[in-house]
Amino acid sequence: MPRTDIEAIVEAVVAELRAGGHLSEAGSAGTGAGSTPSSAVSGTTAAASTPPVDPDPTVPHIDLPDPSEPEQRYAVGVDDPIDPEGIANLRAATTARIAAGRSGPRPRTSSLLLFQGDHGVAQDAIYGTVDEDLLARFDLFRVGTEVTDQDTYLLRPDLGRRLSAEAKATIAERCVKGPQVQIVVGAGLSAAAVNNQLGQILPVITDGLRAAGISLGTPFFIDHARVGVMNDVGEATDAEAVLLLIGERPGLGVADALSAYMGYRPRAGKTDADRDLICMITDQGGTNPLEGGAYVVELLQQMLRHQASGVALRQATTGAES
Amino acid sequence: MLLRTKLYGHTFEFGGITELLAKANEEKSGDRGAGIAAASVAERVAARLVLAEVTLETLRANPAVPYDEDEVTRVIDDAVNETIFDEIRTWTVGGFREWLLADATTGEMIRRVSNALTGEMVAAVTKLMSNLDLMLAARKLPVTAHCNNTIGLPGRLASRNQPNHPTDDVDGIRAEIYEGLSYGSGDSVIGINPSDDTVGSVARLLEMSHEVIERWEIPTQNCLLAHVTTQMDAMRRGAPVGLVFQSLAGSQRANESFGIEVGMLDEAHAMAKRHCFPTGPNYMYFETGQGTALSADAHNGADQLVMEARNYGLAKRYDPYQVNTVVGFIGPEYLYDAVQITRAGLEDHFMGKLTGISMGVDVCYTNHAVASQNDIENLAVLLTAAGANFFIGVPLGDDSMLSYQATSFHDAPSLRQLLDKRPLPEFEAWLEDLGLMRDGVLTERAGDASLFLTR
Repeated sequence: MPRTDIEAIVEAVVAELRAGGHLSEAGSAGTGAGSTPSSAVSGTTAAASTPPVDPDPTVPHIDLPDPSEPEQRYAVGVDDPIDPEGIANLRAATTARIAAGRSGPRPRTSSLLLFQGDHGVAQDAIYGTVDEDLLARFDLFRVGTEVTDQDTYLLRPDLGRRLSAEAKATIAERCVKGPQVQIVVGAGLSAAAVNNQLGQILPVITDGLRAAGISLGTPFFIDHARVGVMNDVGEATDAEAVLLLIGERPGLGVADALSAYMGYRPRAGKTDADRDLICMITDQGGTNPLEGGAYVVELLQQMLRHQASGVALRQATTGAES
Repeated sequence: MLLRTKLYGHTFEFGGITELLAKANEEKSGDRGAGIAAASVAERVAARLVLAEVTLETLRANPAVPYDEDEVTRVIDDAVNETIFDEIRTWTVGGFREWLLADATTGEMIRRVSNALTGEMVAAVTKLMSNLDLMLAARKLPVTAHCNNTIGLPGRLASRNQPNHPTDDVDGIRAEIYEGLSYGSGDSVIGINPSDDTVGSVARLLEMSHEVIERWEIPTQNCLLAHVTTQMDAMRRGAPVGLVFQSLAGSQRANESFGIEVGMLDEAHAMAKRHCFPTGPNYMYFETGQGTALSADAHNGADQLVMEARNYGLAKRYDPYQVNTVVGFIGPEYLYDAVQITRAGLEDHFMGKLTGISMGVDVCYTNHAVASQNDIENLAVLLTAAGANFFIGVPLGDDSMLSYQATSFHDAPSLRQLLDKRPLPEFEAWLEDLGLMRDGVLTERAGDASLFLTR
């Protein structure tokens, strides 16, 4: 069959399924939980094909819809609940796996297997790569840490906290010195987080900061970075505040969450206590990236105003409130 | 100082106590990353041979961080009961192991000796113990505590209801609390990790969880696992707090990276006793985990087991209601796979009990570690057999905020059923009153969160 014919058939089937409410809109962000448009389409299309009649009961004909799709994922598994409407409302209140039901004290088969699927997808996401076109779109040049490969990255966080000598030289050559805010990006443990969230969050942040009259440094991307690399970035750019957007380690079924770490004058010796964090920035049940970007702008402005971050900022702001 | 042995014709010599302890440690990726692990399995065993001959007074005289430089060392050393220490100072680590395991040695006798131990002694003997040694010895050492109910009694296993939500949504968290309660999870605490660490958000969740406890007259307490200073602010504003929480690390510098110091913890403890709503007298909750000091580059050349043992000495100062190691949370750079996570879970539980604190375990793993849910189910069984005070309960083992997997709401009743354990006594009576449990087994009504919409 010519390719165009296949596409036409797929389109027709998908349209029919959408009309019948069997398929959610494809194209939403996310590589997590097998929810990519292609797998959703192929899985559901297959399910919709007409089963051949087979009289022999020992010959299976099993053709399943995708259990990672919302309809099955968020189904209520409790048999005969006291309040059927109430349990549906509780189920709808959170992405956590509640109203799951049980057999004896153990989970039902469907929730056990979906859990195993989600864990598999998350493990697969750890070794993704960042989209080069995305970096080009935002003029992010690449530098590296002292880590050279993914295994070393997992086992040696200390090396991921240090910019390589080459990186320092590149930054010295290409970056504006002494900006109020220096933005850097790293894949961390999820390239998918950068691929899916950066395009939305970065314009909100840069526009917001510029509108507030805050000067920005030359942004760049750091390969194999850990959060602690902010100290080296602070020293290399002499920035007043540093913002690091970095992929979080994948959760179950959410493999594309981004974290925004911020620090005031991060320099050698600064620790997590000196940093502020907005985590779980993702369309999939977290803080959506547009909203997350607005929080980042607000927090950076506070930081610059109080000339502090982390515990010191908390003390400064609560002191100001009382 | 001479620390030397021959093994299979080779001579192994060690430069000092900290080095000897590190090389005697079971294989951990964190120690290897820090460059302090034994270079070979033979060297590890050689280190253990030498360590077995080291006396407890030598260990006290050689803390991981010097007394004058580190307030954690001072807290632990100043708390040593000198009378009891005089009785045990000449014991060797190898002799100490056998004394702990001997049938003639009762839990009561060990509890007395606990008052003369430092973290280095606790870690040293742990290094000489096999996994089954750790379980058998821990089983001898029940530690009880009381807040609104009694944790740690033999035959009991508690579950922390951990209803986290990625954006702290009040309705979402409440729904998860209901789900957990319907499975009998929540007797240790209803403990929420907030995504937003500001006092307003924390106070809001304290109010909501307290309201659930009041409305359903649940014999338990709530806790918001924000930074301790945020919780203190919430208390100043009059928010209802059950337990006050903080993460601990094993050195002064590592604690600085958490933004805490002993003086701050003292103040929080004093404030908890004046402010918390439950009966008490135990109002503190701490979390720890091997590798935190190394992660903050504040381990001073000591291995992660030694630094972890020092956490428990620090925690003991505050008579905590409960402490748990978050054993697999830190990732593969410290505990590489299920073998290392399992070992660390058994070690930490034993060390906590030997120190004399009410010890539970967040049996967990992250998605970049070489481990699966089967592995943590295994570890939970081992720890239940060893007498762990509590585990974590999250919906189907998936924490939707912290992005890691732990034991589930389903696991608590499963483990209780498997190894003949019951919830904490006050909580069990409450479950029976509501018709959720009978003779230690869930009833037909259990597992239906909508029950909690009826009052």
